[in-house]
Amino acid sequence: MRNSTKLVILSVLAVVLILAFLFTDLGSNWDYILPKRTMKIISIILTGSAIAFSTVIFQTITNNRILTPSIIGLDSLYLLIQTFIIFLFGSTHMTLMNQHVNFFISVILMILFSLGLYHFLFKREGNIYFLLLIGLIFGTFFSSLSDFMQVLIDPNEFQIVQDAMFASFNNVNTELFYVALLIMGLATLYFLKFEKYLDVLSLGKDTAINLGVDYDRVVQRLFIIIAILISVATVLVGPITFLGLLVANVAYEFLKTYRHRILILGAILISIIALVAGQLIVERIFTFSTTISVIINFIGGVYFIYLLLKESRA
Amino acid sequence: MIKVKNLSKKYNDKTVVDNVSVNIKKGKITSFIGPNGAGKSTLLSAVSRLIKHDVGEIMIDKKEINSWKSNELSKKVAILKQANNLNVRLTIRELVSFGRFPYSQGNLTQEDWDKVDEALSFMELHEIENQFLDELSGGQRQRAFIAMVIAQDTEYILLDEPLNNLDMKHSVQIMKVLRRLVDELGKTVILVIHDINFASFYSDYVVALKNGEIIRQGPTNEIIEQGTLKEIYDMDIPIKQIDKCRVCVYFA
Repeated sequence: MRNSTKLVILSVLAVVLILAFLFTDLGSNWDYILPKRTMKIISIILTGSAIAFSTVIFQTITNNRILTPSIIGLDSLYLLIQTFIIFLFGSTHMTLMNQHVNFFISVILMILFSLGLYHFLFKREGNIYFLLLIGLIFGTFFSSLSDFMQVLIDPNEFQIVQDAMFASFNNVNTELFYVALLIMGLATLYFLKFEKYLDVLSLGKDTAINLGVDYDRVVQRLFIIIAILISVATVLVGPITFLGLLVANVAYEFLKTYRHRILILGAILISIIALVAGQLIVERIFTFSTTISVIINFIGGVYFIYLLLKESRA
Repeated sequence: MIKVKNLSKKYNDKTVVDNVSVNIKKGKITSFIGPNGAGKSTLLSAVSRLIKHDVGEIMIDKKEINSWKSNELSKKVAILKQANNLNVRLTIRELVSFGRFPYSQGNLTQEDWDKVDEALSFMELHEIENQFLDELSGGQRQRAFIAMVIAQDTEYILLDEPLNNLDMKHSVQIMKVLRRLVDELGKTVILVIHDINFASFYSDYVVALKNGEIIRQGPTNEIIEQGTLKEIYDMDIPIKQIDKCRVCVYFA
């Protein structure tokens, strides 16, 4: 089967699922439900694409297929920020506080953190694995700190924090949604400048430099793009980067190519399919008794173990 | 011409290359020899901008290495390192086509594909060009990587231990190819090599390093000589003349 055929199949599947999500069980209040569902489906497509896309780039930069951008601790930083706000001001403040302020504080802190990590470590050491290691330690540190504060706060307030701990498309803020769309659009436009380097980067650092890639600059820019996309997606729906690992690897297995134009497109489509199907299951089968990240983490975890077993055999 | 002047490189506090100056002649094969840890690979990596040097200057065709634009330099100097493990699955032809990236930025024209074909036939890889790299033997893989460097069509070709892990037949094959690159295509080849007999048979110039310093450099005949080798390796190495070639008998 040719790769273009495979991409067409994926697109058709994605469209069918989206239509099924939009139009099944519509009921009589369709003029209320349909716009709500449309908003939800667009935010699914948006975050799904952002995560698939940034995971593929991240894995290419690090030359490693079992890493996701969450390893540098962005997810845990997000949870720490949310916990910290409630710890300081209490949940009443959280609900009263302007959503925009929370959004921008979180996004800006997360991007600053990634840039700081990059500048202090990668610039000096020039070693991406060192950066990942420190990121991992920071991530653990952040989640321990959040845990600590979560133990101290009132159990009712903890409920509010817990809401932020799992990704959910059920309460996406409409106003923030447009801001997120704009930021992601700009990041993607900026990315197009560097798109051509990805295939070469997957050959490794030395070969990329040999072939004339200004390695440090290109990797830094890609890193910033990843940080922006991940931050925005996480703040919009919650920590969901685990999905990236799943869809990126399914895309590699399914498409069997090194060309990033095809890989990224495939990963985005698979991501949309996984999320929409997951959301369908959450809404229509479990009737909201679980969240999508539980389902994704379950399937992703099983797949991850499979990957590890397969790698160790090879 | 590549001119290296007063080059030094430190890793933390350890000086690996210490105040090295060397001129590399165009259209010749120059071999870097010396014991492990002498700084040969570091010197080669600095000249090919894979690592940044601390002090000194490297002039490539009269222009400092850092003032070259990355893409322009990749049309001038190519480097092949010894470890070539790929994370992606490529066929030989796909790998070789990457050599055209400096010219095409990924969108290969007919001219680029012609160069790819030339490189493949130069390395006699046409018959297996659609095989995947992970299905090949070490010798075939090394030939495929050299084909990529040939497709890159640079004046200078730098190789870090190209004979690593190859048997005699493949080693000779690779060295003959390098000789042809110089004699037929007018390239300049610089390589790090451990086997001094290969250096003696195939190179025009030899640069000998020890403890980060150049201790001798000159035409091959002047370096492959018992007194000099003693200085480099701290070993008494008898040299026998067979036909026109000097063979170092370093086994005992």
